[in-house]
Amino acid sequence: MEGVGRPEAEGNDRGYLAERGWRSWAFTLDHKRIGAMYLWTTTAFFLIGGVFALLLRLELLSPQTRYFSNHTYNVFFTLHGAMMIFLFIIPAIPSGLGNFFIPLHLGARDVAFPRLNLASYWVFVAGFLVIIGSLVAPMDTGWTFYTPYSAKSAAAVTTLSLGLFLIGLSSILTGLNFIVTIHKMRAPGMTWHRMPLFLWSMYATSIIQVIATPVVGVTFLLLAAERLLGVGFYDPSKGGDPVLFQHFFWFYSHPVVYVMILPAMGIVSEVIPVFSRKPIFGYNAIAYSSIAIAFLGFLVWAHHMFTSGMSPLANAIFSFLTFFVAIPTAVKVFNWIATLYKGSITFESPMLYALTFIFLFIVGGLTGPFLGALATNVQLHDTYFVVAHFHYTMMGGTVMGFFAGLHYWFPKMTGKMLNEKVARVAWALLFVGFNVTFFTMFIVGTRGMPRRYAEYLPRFHTENVISTIGSAVLAVGILVMCWNFLQGLRKGAPAPGNPWRALSLEWKATSPPETENFHEIPVVTDWPYGYGTPKA
Amino acid sequence: MSGTSAEHHDPSVAFESAKLGVWTFLATEVLLFGALFTAYTIFRMKYPELFRAEHAKLDRVLGAVNTVVLITSSLTVVLGVDAIKRGKARLFEACFGATILLAAVFLCVKYVEYGAKFHHGLYPHTNLFFSLYFMMTGLHGVHVLLGMGLLSYVIVLSRRGRLSASYYTPAEMSGLYWHFVDLVWIYLFPLLYLVG
Amino acid sequence: MDNVLAFGAASSQAGRVDALFVVIAVVGGFFFFFTQGILIYFAVKYRRRLPDRDNVTPTITGNHLLEFLWILIPSLVVVAIFHYGWRVYTDQRIPVSGATEVHVNARQWMFEIKYPDGRTAINEIRVPAGTPVKFILSAADVLHGFYLPDFRVKMDMIPGRVTTLWVQPDRPGSYQIFCTVYCGTGHSNMLAQLIVMPPREYAEWVEHGGRAGGVAGGKEPLHERGERVVKGAGCLNCHAVDGKEKIGPNLRGLYGSKVPLEGGQSVTADEEYLRESIVDPGAKVVKGYPNVMPTFKTSMPPDDVRATVEYLKTLK
Repeated sequence: MEGVGRPEAEGNDRGYLAERGWRSWAFTLDHKRIGAMYLWTTTAFFLIGGVFALLLRLELLSPQTRYFSNHTYNVFFTLHGAMMIFLFIIPAIPSGLGNFFIPLHLGARDVAFPRLNLASYWVFVAGFLVIIGSLVAPMDTGWTFYTPYSAKSAAAVTTLSLGLFLIGLSSILTGLNFIVTIHKMRAPGMTWHRMPLFLWSMYATSIIQVIATPVVGVTFLLLAAERLLGVGFYDPSKGGDPVLFQHFFWFYSHPVVYVMILPAMGIVSEVIPVFSRKPIFGYNAIAYSSIAIAFLGFLVWAHHMFTSGMSPLANAIFSFLTFFVAIPTAVKVFNWIATLYKGSITFESPMLYALTFIFLFIVGGLTGPFLGALATNVQLHDTYFVVAHFHYTMMGGTVMGFFAGLHYWFPKMTGKMLNEKVARVAWALLFVGFNVTFFTMFIVGTRGMPRRYAEYLPRFHTENVISTIGSAVLAVGILVMCWNFLQGLRKGAPAPGNPWRALSLEWKATSPPETENFHEIPVVTDWPYGYGTPKA
Repeated sequence: MSGTSAEHHDPSVAFESAKLGVWTFLATEVLLFGALFTAYTIFRMKYPELFRAEHAKLDRVLGAVNTVVLITSSLTVVLGVDAIKRGKARLFEACFGATILLAAVFLCVKYVEYGAKFHHGLYPHTNLFFSLYFMMTGLHGVHVLLGMGLLSYVIVLSRRGRLSASYYTPAEMSGLYWHFVDLVWIYLFPLLYLVG
Repeated sequence: MDNVLAFGAASSQAGRVDALFVVIAVVGGFFFFFTQGILIYFAVKYRRRLPDRDNVTPTITGNHLLEFLWILIPSLVVVAIFHYGWRVYTDQRIPVSGATEVHVNARQWMFEIKYPDGRTAINEIRVPAGTPVKFILSAADVLHGFYLPDFRVKMDMIPGRVTTLWVQPDRPGSYQIFCTVYCGTGHSNMLAQLIVMPPREYAEWVEHGGRAGGVAGGKEPLHERGERVVKGAGCLNCHAVDGKEKIGPNLRGLYGSKVPLEGGQSVTADEEYLRESIVDPGAKVVKGYPNVMPTFKTSMPPDDVRATVEYLKTLK
């Protein structure tokens, strides 16, 4: 992999971090700073959302409510879900790591529309401030806000809807920016098939964001209109249909799970070859499967609604299509595993998390067929089985992928190295804690425990206790990891330009990168996966 | 100094980027209105009698006037963009100014229409047809208003001498947006006012 | 009744769902051990032992046959699973003739049962074993769900719409019903029972008036009847009789006490207050509590209301 750039420098240059003062951050047009701000913000919401989760698990230690009222518990699970989904998991990788690394991967100096990029961050901030404002009368609708309950609720649903509309707008602007950036700003010589796979997955993600998010915007607009203007689209007493809300809602919310997972898969596609010292197996398959997942993801939304009174024919169609979105996903997993074959594998923290992603995502993925098959879905829908399934895919998947990306790119973003030993301790705690917390939920869900229950029947007691113990271990693991990041920021060893000996273009920049990324724009002559035996 | 659009060394790349950006944005707008058109379709199929009865209460004359007004405004936009492509900034400003005027006329007519509806006790909460009518034309009206702001901003750019025959990207892009706003109305008018 | 994973199937239909579950689990388990096994095996076998191994890893970027197979085989597997799941599901949805129809109307936070002969009940459904049952589901206020885990069936209850569910209860027993669509504060307390009785017992029960909580015959003291009504009418979903505060005020020691109301007034909880609270709960809302109690005016006969009041008087 050739490139014309400044040779890798030692990490004692402050680069894009040099300029000080709050104004240099608040009004920055530098994608790296914007990405960093998103990372701090979304990580903060991850921790807050996590606190709510721990409070839920605390209450679930006993079958009857003990520490909080039922209503408070219901508010907590709503806030946990809404914060994690809208304020953390959707923006974290795309707007955080994506913003930072897409231009670097492309060999560009910035995104296509830097001012729009800054605007998207401030729109995001406005959105979460409005959401926080809605906490004066907090929601207990669940993150899905189904009508009629959400339309009739005394909580500040309208305010929250406005906040979510703004968050969605931020998401659309980011996706739009990335699409144009990837189309128009590739370095000379970088054809589509010489792009790193992270860019393919970010491109697919951006397409979904741009097409799906407006629909949920209208969904919330109509909910607000029902509350404010008495519009009756979802109101049966006016001839409306509460299930219409579900269709609109899931038309966005199903594709959005691919917004969550595709970027994480992109990170895994980057990390595995580097730490196996082997080219990625099946580049085209991984690239095209990202697009296929984006497309197929739009066709399956009603698999969240099999018990909502839809006709058996409609249910059959959605069930059939749902199974097919699993195929391109499985293809990626097989490709990653094949990359390991005859590699020379090391297990630094990025690789640990990437392998963990694959392991846990396989569990999440293999529990999908239970939910895609109609007869078993009827039994398992709205039980803890679903909760376990999506935590395995979203946390075992996306969040582990996010952690892999943070560990992988930490030296590049900060110019410092993390303490590997502490990282592994955190990883072990996370892995054990995660599985204990969530595997028990498969069991208790299969036995019929419904979700969103503040109080449950005594027969489900044992698994809930075990799950809570697991959540405590998980929490400790996350705290250790956060502590490791903070320590790394403060006194990590200086990072070389390319500590992992990787071939994608970000590693040609300094650690941390200069404001303008590259001294000279590199010229690309090969793909970024030429590890191992040099081509003859 | 970090990368701004002006840093795209090649102006044609910058122009193409802007165009792709605006088209992508318009795609999101299609989805936004699309959800409402979907609701329209669903409720129309469910309550054909309601739609037949209620749509007659809309003022077709005013609707037709507004259609002509918007189509004309798209014409003035085209003339304006053509003008600035030939370097005629003043003519461009006049054309875009005319567009804004026509947009204002559109909004005034809508104001009159809404007023008349309220006067007859027809509100968004009256029935599903009027819920759709007010939501769809309302959302469209918001886009007209935002468009007026956008066009004004581009006129200001021209007054400051920033547009020319070699750089007219803001004019062309806002023109694209305006055509979209016009196009949405061209779907709204027959679906709401005409089809019985 | 409960074994670790799947619990006793209460109908042959449920057994078929379990069979599907097991098949998916076995297939999934196979792929789990297969892929995870290879993942771990490769990670271990190909770990770096010597640094210069890094430069001699083979450049394998694809293998058409392998890629074709791993698209084809999973595709066939998922189509098979889809088909199996679809077949079992459609059988669940086939209307069965001769079914007893039971109307279930959900409201926050109880299930109101109405039988074809006009009998009503709350949170308890009784049917005879061996006869198919058709539940006709509706909701009064917000979305609710009707979940019979032992029968492996579930259906949402939607305001403004009627949905239906069939089961064929074979074995007598008492089966749990959960509400599974979040419906507000009392969601996790919104429970009910499906009691499947041997046909002869069922016939006897119907003859004796078919009231909730078993045979209501002979001379039953009013307060005992009240206790039975309270247990069967869903009151305990929101009220406790042991001093605990739940969604609604505690009932122990209520009779005769001074009750502070919203708006500043207070009232003594006499027989009339208790009666009014049952049939018109919004008339006097206790301070600090939400006005969410549903009225029992149409669902609880006046005799049962009287009995309930007498029972409440015994709670000291």
